[in-house]
Amino acid sequence: MMSRETSKASGVTSGAELTSQRPNALGAEIRRPALRSGRLVLLSWFGPLLAFILVAVVGPILVPFNPLEVRLADRLVPPGGVLSSGATTIFGTDQVGKSMGAQLLQGARISFLVGVTTICIAGSVGLVIGVVSAYYGRFLDSLLMRLADIQLAFPSILLAILIAAVLGPSVPNVIITLSVTRWVTFARVARATTLMTKELEFVQAARAVGARDGHILLRHIIPSALPPFIVLAAAEMGLVILAEASLSFLGLGTPPEHPSWGLIIANGRDYLTTAWWISTLPGIALALLVLSLGLFGDALRDYLDPRAKRR
Amino acid sequence: MGLYLLRRVIHSIFVLWGAVTVVFIVVRLVPGDPAQMMFGAQASAEDVAALRQRMGLDRPVPVQYVSFLLNVSRLDLGTSLTLDQPAVGAVASRLPATALLAVSAMTIALALSLPLDTLAALRRGSALDRVVSGLSLIGQAVPSFWIGIMFILIFARVLQWLPSSGIGGWKHWLLPAVTLALPVVGVLTRLMRSGLLEVLGTDFIRTAHAKGLTNRSVVTRHAFRNALIPVITVAGLQFGSLLAGAVIVETVFAWPGAGRLLIDSITRRDYPVVQASVLFITTGFILVNLIIDLSYGFLDPRIRFG
Repeated sequence: MMSRETSKASGVTSGAELTSQRPNALGAEIRRPALRSGRLVLLSWFGPLLAFILVAVVGPILVPFNPLEVRLADRLVPPGGVLSSGATTIFGTDQVGKSMGAQLLQGARISFLVGVTTICIAGSVGLVIGVVSAYYGRFLDSLLMRLADIQLAFPSILLAILIAAVLGPSVPNVIITLSVTRWVTFARVARATTLMTKELEFVQAARAVGARDGHILLRHIIPSALPPFIVLAAAEMGLVILAEASLSFLGLGTPPEHPSWGLIIANGRDYLTTAWWISTLPGIALALLVLSLGLFGDALRDYLDPRAKRR
Repeated sequence: MGLYLLRRVIHSIFVLWGAVTVVFIVVRLVPGDPAQMMFGAQASAEDVAALRQRMGLDRPVPVQYVSFLLNVSRLDLGTSLTLDQPAVGAVASRLPATALLAVSAMTIALALSLPLDTLAALRRGSALDRVVSGLSLIGQAVPSFWIGIMFILIFARVLQWLPSSGIGGWKHWLLPAVTLALPVVGVLTRLMRSGLLEVLGTDFIRTAHAKGLTNRSVVTRHAFRNALIPVITVAGLQFGSLLAGAVIVETVFAWPGAGRLLIDSITRRDYPVVQASVLFITTGFILVNLIIDLSYGFLDPRIRFG
């Protein structure tokens, strides 16, 4: 909900840029090699995210507990405690004896499922609308951009709450809701880069030799629009995952059969004094996931567009 | 200036009309019959029919839309199905509590982020700078409802310093306001820092250094003001997410504001109140952005004539 303004497109990147030059506080230029070490830096920032992906994909297969299995004999066992079966539980159990560890793994899957699907849907819709709107311009452009203005008049989580309340809690509905509230940012970025690219010489040249619109869009405009777009997708993914957690926390996101981290946090609220871990652990997992997405997104931006480097 | 003002106002009215229309469409997207949904499965056919008539759902959609627009312009959003009062009145009575929360959260956010950033930019690359950058990154990654619950766990349950819910003196107000402020601190800090660093790289700052000003007065007198302009815009946009974030934070702390009314009304399927609270919060957001746009024109004369 917060990064409408972080989405400024940083323009078209030229891959040939080998050094990044930027002024320091006193205006002096600093030269530093960016590309060679850049790939390593990028990979190292991908590490934490990769760990999360592995946990989400492989975790539920390796851990033999059913996250929905109720075992009343093992209610509210703290992390590190001993279960009635004699086994030690690493993450404890909740108020009905469901394994916290298994729920956390399941929650990671749901976060990724919702995050990736939403970004794919909202991203491709936004890309098409943004590019078409900017390329053909005029009436279509003003129509689509006025539509975007109207949507941006809503704080995005509020619109999500309204749509989710009407649709009811289910995983597909959360994805629909968040896609509807997220396409605008993508459309704006795609539009901004397209407006810039379509005036560039290589596009004019392609047009001069008689290339059709479809060819220009697919071979020239969209590839140029992609780098800032990918950076945005990484940043938006964290926001989508947070929004899903918020909706689920309010009871408007995933249903109880698919407990996402937000829902587990809500479930633990009544047991704060006796069982702090139920609400605490999923929040830590959520924060770490969003943080690793954010760090990877920043590294990706620095890699794809060294000029936009923040530091 | 007059033309700029007029354009912004017209744009806001257009956007407001659009928002009203979106709410109208979304509420009518309900799979099945809204009247049926409000009563639940055990409703009798007569009850549903009576409610359909009362809400005008038996009329054609364009007619419903026109009368909806007319009613909205008269501030009439129907009667609450559960509270026995007009929906607008129900929301309006809760607005001061939400406004108090949002304004104090924004004050806290600005009071925390501006001095921290100026210090961080003054000592760029220092431990303080890195801590501030790190914290702002974490602040954006952590969901506010979870921070709220952790605050309740630490300050209300373990330490027992502050109450965990409800409204009363400053003790009730402190935890929700800080919870709501923290994500905004994260956003403002990142923006302010990059804004300051960008301004610090410009020629007039070099000139200021060259004429012998101290680092401190360069930052506070020359750089700070210029870096503030984007911060104000974003603070305005953030105010909207504050209003929306209030929906979640109010639910965590049982704060009796419009946001909690919205969530309660969703649970009770009280659609007139749901509509009214969404429209009120959105209107607040549009108004704040209009005010920000106008003040932006005053702060930076280049924009007025652009």
